[in-house]
Amino acid sequence: MAEILENRKVSVTCRVNGEEQTLLAYPMARLLDVLREELRLTGTKEGCGEGECGACSVLMDGVLVNSCLVPALQAEGAEIRTIEGVAGEETLHAVQEAFIACGGAQCGICTPGMVLAAINLLGENPQPDEARIRNGLAGNLCRCTGYMKIFDAVVRACQGGLATETQSHGE
Amino acid sequence: MKTPRELAEALALLANEPGVWRPFAGGTDLMVLFEAGLLAHKKFVNIWGLKELKGIEVTEEQVTLGGLTTYTEVQRSSVLQEEFPLLCQAARETGGIAIQNRGTLAGNIANASPAGDSPPALLVYDAEVELVSTAGSRRVAYADFHTGYKQTVMRADELISRIRLPRRMEGWRQYYRKVGTRRAQAISKVCLAGAILMEGSRVADVRLALGSVAPTVVRCRGTEEFLKGRELERETVEAARGELIKEIVPIDDIRSTADYRLRVACNVLAEFLMSA
Repeated sequence: MAEILENRKVSVTCRVNGEEQTLLAYPMARLLDVLREELRLTGTKEGCGEGECGACSVLMDGVLVNSCLVPALQAEGAEIRTIEGVAGEETLHAVQEAFIACGGAQCGICTPGMVLAAINLLGENPQPDEARIRNGLAGNLCRCTGYMKIFDAVVRACQGGLATETQSHGE
Repeated sequence: MKTPRELAEALALLANEPGVWRPFAGGTDLMVLFEAGLLAHKKFVNIWGLKELKGIEVTEEQVTLGGLTTYTEVQRSSVLQEEFPLLCQAARETGGIAIQNRGTLAGNIANASPAGDSPPALLVYDAEVELVSTAGSRRVAYADFHTGYKQTVMRADELISRIRLPRRMEGWRQYYRKVGTRRAQAISKVCLAGAILMEGSRVADVRLALGSVAPTVVRCRGTEEFLKGRELERETVEAARGELIKEIVPIDDIRSTADYRLRVACNVLAEFLMSA
């Protein structure tokens, strides 16, 4: 009986893209699946499912995490931001604009994670040097563009006065 | 999974059903194994939020790291940057940013992989691990913590509460080199952490630790003893390679071969010594 109770869904309350959500989820369900299947926020992608590729990156309590490695129960009380919560009402985030301008996306599977990794990086350091940009994106794999256009997009986003942009979207 | 409100509650869970509950912090290892169906455990104690296991304290003699200190927090600590740079470098080379935000030092230690990135640094720093349970707490020298492949002195009812680093590295030159398939996100094939104290051209003291070359991370005390007191010349470095080969036992596995590991371990040792 105890075993069965353990496997029951539990209620998890968190804020997702600024809105409070109360979700029913198995405690060990991946945050990735909860976001995609319960909330239909399918911008968060599954790549490897083991924390290697960064496609499932989201911001949790202001820091970048792999949502495939976060059990739903640990999202209790958390503030989560997915790619759907990045753009403003009418305008894209400066990082998104830069990815478009530089052609930093091809098939699009890695793009949400790349954008969130870039926002995370620029939130911590609005003027990162080349090494910091590379390090900030090192956990995100792309199999199409060859990284340079993605890298260029982040450089462009830094140059576009992103510091204020990032703060306006800050937690 | 259960989320205890405080440490005592977590320890009670672990003590009341020994071996049934598994501590679960940032999940960067356990979640992968859980999803793959490779974990024997079905019940997890969510210790991620326990304040008692967080924070970095600095006194005159030592730096004390809460078990839940993340790799990101390690990199941001100014005292660690200045006095324990090997640990910062290990943290920087563990996974990517998202892993560094969730992976913890206690997790890296308890996971007990011989390929962990921070253990060689902790060995070089003569770290001490504090284990806590409902029965109280005890301290174990980190050098005595790992007893075999994925085996440790930790009991099923214990948590790693603190990691202590004695502040005695002044004047030591330090070196860390992780060799993996690529710069980011790779698990090491060989990892060497070293610290050396020179008196002119003579080795006054030296500490060496290697990862991925034995069933556990290892302090290479035979090579250390060989080097102590010697002039650091090319012949000494060449002879040190021979000493190192005697005390490491690398194997062939999915990431590399025994031959490659042996050769690279000797090469990074030479690089470390020659740059002194």
